[in-house]
Amino acid sequence: MDRYHSNTYRLFYLLNIMFVIGIAAVCVLPLVHLMAVSLSEKGAANANLVGLWPVGFNVSAYREALANEKFYDAFIVTIKRLLLGTSVNMLLTFLMAYPLSKEERAFPYRNVYVWLIVFTMLFSGGLIPGYMLVSQLHLIDSIWALVLPAAVQTFHIILLLNFFRQLPKEMEEACYIDGGGHFTALFKIYLPLSMPAVATLILFSMVMHWNEWFSGLIYMNKVDLYPLQTYLQALLDQTKKAITIDDARHAAEASRRSLYSAQIFMAMAPILVVYPLLQKHFTKGIVMGSVKE
Amino acid sequence: MMLLPGMALLVIFQYVPMAGIVIAFQDFVPTKGFFGSEWVGLQHFEFMMNLPDTATIVINTLVIAVMKIVLGLIVPVLFALLLNEIRQQGVKRTVQTMVYFPHFLSWVILGGILVDVLSMNGGAVNRILGWLGIGPYFFLGDPGLFRGVIVVTDVWKEFGFSTIIYLAALSGINPVLYEAAVMDGANRWKQVWHVTLPGIAPIVVLMATLSIGGILNAGFDQIFNLYSPLVYKTGDIIDTWVYRAGLLDMQYGLATAVGLFKSVVGLVLISVSYWAASRFANYRIF
Repeated sequence: MDRYHSNTYRLFYLLNIMFVIGIAAVCVLPLVHLMAVSLSEKGAANANLVGLWPVGFNVSAYREALANEKFYDAFIVTIKRLLLGTSVNMLLTFLMAYPLSKEERAFPYRNVYVWLIVFTMLFSGGLIPGYMLVSQLHLIDSIWALVLPAAVQTFHIILLLNFFRQLPKEMEEACYIDGGGHFTALFKIYLPLSMPAVATLILFSMVMHWNEWFSGLIYMNKVDLYPLQTYLQALLDQTKKAITIDDARHAAEASRRSLYSAQIFMAMAPILVVYPLLQKHFTKGIVMGSVKE
Repeated sequence: MMLLPGMALLVIFQYVPMAGIVIAFQDFVPTKGFFGSEWVGLQHFEFMMNLPDTATIVINTLVIAVMKIVLGLIVPVLFALLLNEIRQQGVKRTVQTMVYFPHFLSWVILGGILVDVLSMNGGAVNRILGWLGIGPYFFLGDPGLFRGVIVVTDVWKEFGFSTIIYLAALSGINPVLYEAAVMDGANRWKQVWHVTLPGIAPIVVLMATLSIGGILNAGFDQIFNLYSPLVYKTGDIIDTWVYRAGLLDMQYGLATAVGLFKSVVGLVLISVSYWAASRFANYRIF
C-alpha cells in the first residue's frame, strides 16, 4: 500500500505515536506519582522531593494506615456493601430484564413497564425528598440505606434486555417443550449465553458500589459506619479546608502526605487489580449496548 | 411476577420521592411530616427567583456543562482518529488501557490526587510551569481558573472512555470506501475528510444530541470534591447549592424547589433531545 510510505506520512506517524503515548502517560502519571509518594520516607514526601520514583523506599505509611482502626472499619463496610449491593443489583437486573425482553404479545403491557422504568432515568424527586424518604423509613445508619435506593439499575436492565433480544428464540422454545419454566429459561439458557454482558454489568455494579461515597456521607451519622470512599472524602475535606491562600504557603497540612497517599492508593488498588481482567469484556459490552444498527 | 420485587423497590425509591416534591410547596418541618407541615404555595419559587445566588448557580451550571459537553465531544473524536492510525496493536492496546483507567476511579480519589498535583506548594503542575517561567497558580482557589480546571480535569478523566464508542464506529467503516478514495487520488487528509468523518458523523451527532439532556448536570461529584468557599462565585452549581441549602442549612422547602426546577428543565431537555435522536439518528433505547 503506497499511502503508508510517503515521507510526510512517516513523519506524521512517528509524531502521532509519540503524541498518543504522551497523552496516555498524562492519564496515569499522576497515579504513579501518588504511589511513589506513598512509598517514600516522610521527610522526602513532605519536602516534595518525590517524582515518579519513591525516595527512601519504605512501607511505613501503609502500616500506619492499616493500623488505623477507622480505616479498617471503613474498608469492611465497603466490602459488605459491595457484596450485598452487587448481588441485589444483579438479581433484580436479571429478574426484570427477562420479562421485559419479551414481545408485547407474550407479555401484555410490557411497554408500560419499560416506560415506568425509563422514566426514572429522566426524572427524579431530587436530593431532599430522597433523603426524607430514607430517613422516614428509618434506614439511616443502616447498610440498607446504601444498597436499596440504588438496587434497581435502570441502565443495566436496558443493556441486558437489549442483549437478551438478540438471542435466538428457538432455544427458549426448546426449553419450554422440555417442560422448563421461565426461571429455567432465564437461568439455564439466557444468562449463560449472556456472559459478556453479565460480566460487564458485574464490573459496573462493583465499581459503582466501591466508588460511591455520597450516600455514605448523607445517610450515615456515625463515622465508623462510613464506607471507605466516604471516610476518605471526609479526611480529604479536612485537609482541603486548610487550603486557603495563606495556608497553601505553609506546609503544615502536608506533614502527613505519605499517609494520605497510601490511603488513597489503597482505595484505588482493588480497581487496579480487577480492571485489566475485565477490560476486554466491558469494551465489548459498551459498544454492544450503545452502538446499534 | 418476576418483575414484582424490582418494581416494588422502584416505586418506593423512585416514585415515592417524586411525591415528596410536595415539600417544595410547604414550609416543611420534619417532625410534623408531609401532612402536618404548613402549605406555602409558590413562596419558595418566588424566593428562589429573587435570590442573588440563583443567577450565579444557574450560569455556573450552564457554563461548566456546556464547556464539558463541547470538549467532551471533540477530544475523544480526535483521539480516536489518531489512535486509529496506529498499527502496532500492542501500543494501541496499552494506550487504550491507560486512557480508560481514570474513568473507573471515584472523584474522591481523583480529588485527592488533583489537590496534590495542582497545589501551590510544590504541586507537580506548578513545578513544571515554574521551569517554563510561569506561575505559580492557585488552581483550586482562584475563581478565574476554577471552571477551566473543572472542565480540563473532567475531560482528562472521561475522554478515554468515550473513545471506545468512536473507535468502534471507526472500525465499522467499510474499507472498500478507502480503496475507492485512493483510486480517485485522495491523499490521507482527503480520506479522513471524505470517508472517515462522514463515517462517524452520525454517532457524533447522536452523542451530542443525547448530551444536551444532561446540560444541567455539571458534575456534582467532581465539583464537591474540588471546590471550596473561595471559588463559590464561579464554581457553585445547582446540585452543590441544593446540598448545602437543603442538608446543611436545612432549608428543605427551598432546596427542594430549586431541585424540582432543575429536574423539570432536565426532563424537558432530555425529552426533546431523545425525540431528536430518534427522529434524526433513528436511535431507540430499547
